[in-house]
Amino acid sequence: MDDLIADFVAECREMLEALGGEVVAWEAEPADRARLDSIFRFVHTVKGNCGFFEFPRLEALSHAAEDALADVRAGRRQADGPLVSAVLAILDRIGEMVAAIEAGSEMPPGDDQALIAALEPGIEGTAAPVAATVAEAQGKIAAPRTIRLSVELLDRVMSGVSDMVLARNELARRLRESPTDVPIDGAFERLSSIIAEMRDAITRTRMQRIENLFVALPRMVRDLSAELGKQVLVDIEGGDVELDREMIEMIRDPLTHIIRNAVDHGIETPAERLKAGKREIGILCVSARQSGNQILIDIQDDGRGIDGKKLVEKALASGTLAKADAAELRPRDQLALIFEAGLSTAREVTAISGRGVGMDVVRSNVERIGGIVEVDSKPGAGTRMTLRVPLTLTIIPALTVSIGNQHFAIPRSAIDEIVRANGESVKLERVGGAGVATIRGRRVPQVVLADILGLDSPMKDEERTLIVLRPAGGDVYALAVDRIHDHEELVVKPAAPAVMATGLYAGTTLADDGSPILLFDPAGLAQVGGVKLEVQERTARIAEGPAVAVPAKATEVILFRGLDGARRALRLSVVDRIEEVPAGAIKPGAGQLRVQLGESILPLTGLGGGELPNGKVRLFRLNDGSHEVGYAFQEVIDLATIDHDLIQADCPGEISGVTLIGGEPAELVDAHWLFASHVGPAARPAAEQPVCRLPSDDPWMQNMLRPIVEAAGYRVVGDGDDAKADLVIVSDGAKVARGAAGRTIRLRTDPEAAGARDSSIYRYDRAALLIALKSAGGSR
Amino acid sequence: MNELLLVVTIGGQRVAFPADAVESVVELDTLIPVPRAAPHVAGLSALRSRVLTVIDCMRSLELGATDCSDGIREAAVVELDGHHYALIVDLVEDVVEALSAPAPIRAAMGAGWERSSAGMVETETGPLLIVEVAALIAGVEAKAA
Repeated sequence: MDDLIADFVAECREMLEALGGEVVAWEAEPADRARLDSIFRFVHTVKGNCGFFEFPRLEALSHAAEDALADVRAGRRQADGPLVSAVLAILDRIGEMVAAIEAGSEMPPGDDQALIAALEPGIEGTAAPVAATVAEAQGKIAAPRTIRLSVELLDRVMSGVSDMVLARNELARRLRESPTDVPIDGAFERLSSIIAEMRDAITRTRMQRIENLFVALPRMVRDLSAELGKQVLVDIEGGDVELDREMIEMIRDPLTHIIRNAVDHGIETPAERLKAGKREIGILCVSARQSGNQILIDIQDDGRGIDGKKLVEKALASGTLAKADAAELRPRDQLALIFEAGLSTAREVTAISGRGVGMDVVRSNVERIGGIVEVDSKPGAGTRMTLRVPLTLTIIPALTVSIGNQHFAIPRSAIDEIVRANGESVKLERVGGAGVATIRGRRVPQVVLADILGLDSPMKDEERTLIVLRPAGGDVYALAVDRIHDHEELVVKPAAPAVMATGLYAGTTLADDGSPILLFDPAGLAQVGGVKLEVQERTARIAEGPAVAVPAKATEVILFRGLDGARRALRLSVVDRIEEVPAGAIKPGAGQLRVQLGESILPLTGLGGGELPNGKVRLFRLNDGSHEVGYAFQEVIDLATIDHDLIQADCPGEISGVTLIGGEPAELVDAHWLFASHVGPAARPAAEQPVCRLPSDDPWMQNMLRPIVEAAGYRVVGDGDDAKADLVIVSDGAKVARGAAGRTIRLRTDPEAAGARDSSIYRYDRAALLIALKSAGGSR
Repeated sequence: MNELLLVVTIGGQRVAFPADAVESVVELDTLIPVPRAAPHVAGLSALRSRVLTVIDCMRSLELGATDCSDGIREAAVVELDGHHYALIVDLVEDVVEALSAPAPIRAAMGAGWERSSAGMVETETGPLLIVEVAALIAGVEAKAA
């Protein structure tokens, strides 16, 4: 009997979770028969089971809901707001009771009669606001056959497999040490690959669709927006992305918090939205996608956005930020202030998202699992929060390092770069006893691992290797270690509390030889080492400003083979990094070939006459400081320096000349030409761009006209901006302050001019507009 | 049947662990120190493919430190809250049967013993002090907390 009840409880829970979204979707579209049916099925199942198990209250509730829904199904009644609310209330009560049954406790008190009465037609409930969900359009596929397993069992299997991997590693080491036969090696290889396969499979069993996390969102947003008198449409995408079960639990709270914030502070009330020229209904997009071994979850609203300046004021007022630093903050850094403790721009503290405690907690929670939170916002246009979290907690790519003869591991995700302390571009200094490393002009705090750990290390500072770590996704520091060893995929297990109490370690793992290795927590190391991360990154950037004059030296180039097979070279300084993308990421767009790299789309060149290879395409990511261009190539040959004279090309083009590198001729690619011809007018630095002022409260101007103006090379400012405008565009009839601008373009809504002296332009006369834009820009 | 006890020697004293708390008795050879950890954490060791956190019982009991430099040490492996620990002892003697329920000791003991003992039981080989595994693992700080 107990087993049957447990099954009933588990089934109810699953159905309830899935139903949360369905009910809200049904409310938005009461005619949706499929949703109505699934809700009906649920209450019907509950009713049936209750009769069997003798839960009279559950039975009465589900029976009443079933009756009401049956009426709707039969067309005797229309689904309306009050009915939906009443059904939701009943589902909630059923959920409470099921939880009570599961816990074996008393049924929650309360009178069910009121809930049942609310189902009656004509009862005036609180008018339910509209909150709808646009669930991802996916046909109802027949559910795959499944069984229910306890999570403990899965964990046991997982740890068994982890042990197996370790045992295999040890066997591999023993085999390497002793001479063995080919057949034994062969058999071992097979065993290895089977174990690897098994590890993959078992890792996948721990994976859950992120849908499990998302199904509850529509309901949550509905309740929230009802409470706040707002209208919010939730758009959910990517529910089929899979994530480690544990990870889903870990991001549940941060995600909930961000969404609450978005609804509470981000999205305005319908009246405010109308005034701002937006639709009454706010849109909240939640999407998940996988990128490498990370999952990206975007939460985007089209609300009022975050005012960076206000944040700065707040931070100044609360003393988190020094005045001198405030001026140096870039917009991105201003927004990042919301993650500082105790800051919130909400004018009023509400019950929903509370006071400034929040985003700092969200960030620390996400960082604890090796993730990052990013924020991007345009005042008036909305906010986007991005959570980046690793796929799984258990297998971590790591770098092993050593002090003396003890080995440690550092998670690779936190490593920015590795440099030798005695390298050319690195300088170590001590300022007031603290270490500061200057790496290519950038000052970063430097700590010596041996000092943090209190270990003896005979090595001199200059002989060490610096690992530049970026624990929080933004701030960096350099960790000096004696020696670095190997990249390894480590199966990490939590360490005992006594070890974790040091704050230095994230877990333990076993090396190939079976000896334990401690895995560092890079943020903890920084803290124990006394590195102040938040403050540090700001000053690090300031130090970049007056760049140290680099002494003239041989030009370093990267020698590579282009897609057409030619030997070419690119100056190393313009190459940001090398990327590998699937051929599918390369598509023609807006007049030229472009490649998608994660979040950004870059112009792509370097194809020459060569064909795009199938499968993966490797490309250099070139950066001139403000713009990026992709350059496809076949393979990297070497790093070299130009020591021979350059024979200049006759006419400017992609190749600036030919020189001898490593005894063979190579073409030197002209990066300037690449940027000039591929980035176009947008490449003009902001200072040289002509400025155009558009009324910021005119939605047509902002939405329709602005892109055209920007494409013509203008920098667009609003009314509030004091910048001197070269051009002002207003609608006909509006007043313009005299002398405010070099030129004014008036737009009229009527295709016909009002008279011969009317110099205004019809607002859809694209050709005339472009000519006017061009001549105004040229007059500068 | 009465409770079984594992008789060990710590700092020259014969004491007992509840036998059902002890998974196995091992000989530790490698010991990887954990820098900056509490002093009673002697380090990490591996048992098959499990990581053991090695506890120096001498330090937990404030009796001084075990000298771990001379290689192999005997230790009792226990599990607490999902983590495995190896408790270093001088010597593992025997398993005996408790003949009485633990009784409080009214005489004054050392602070370390006071903190970690669960009372005294009678056995065939005379009275034995029962040591609580959790108290050994928590170490000296537990008292401060």
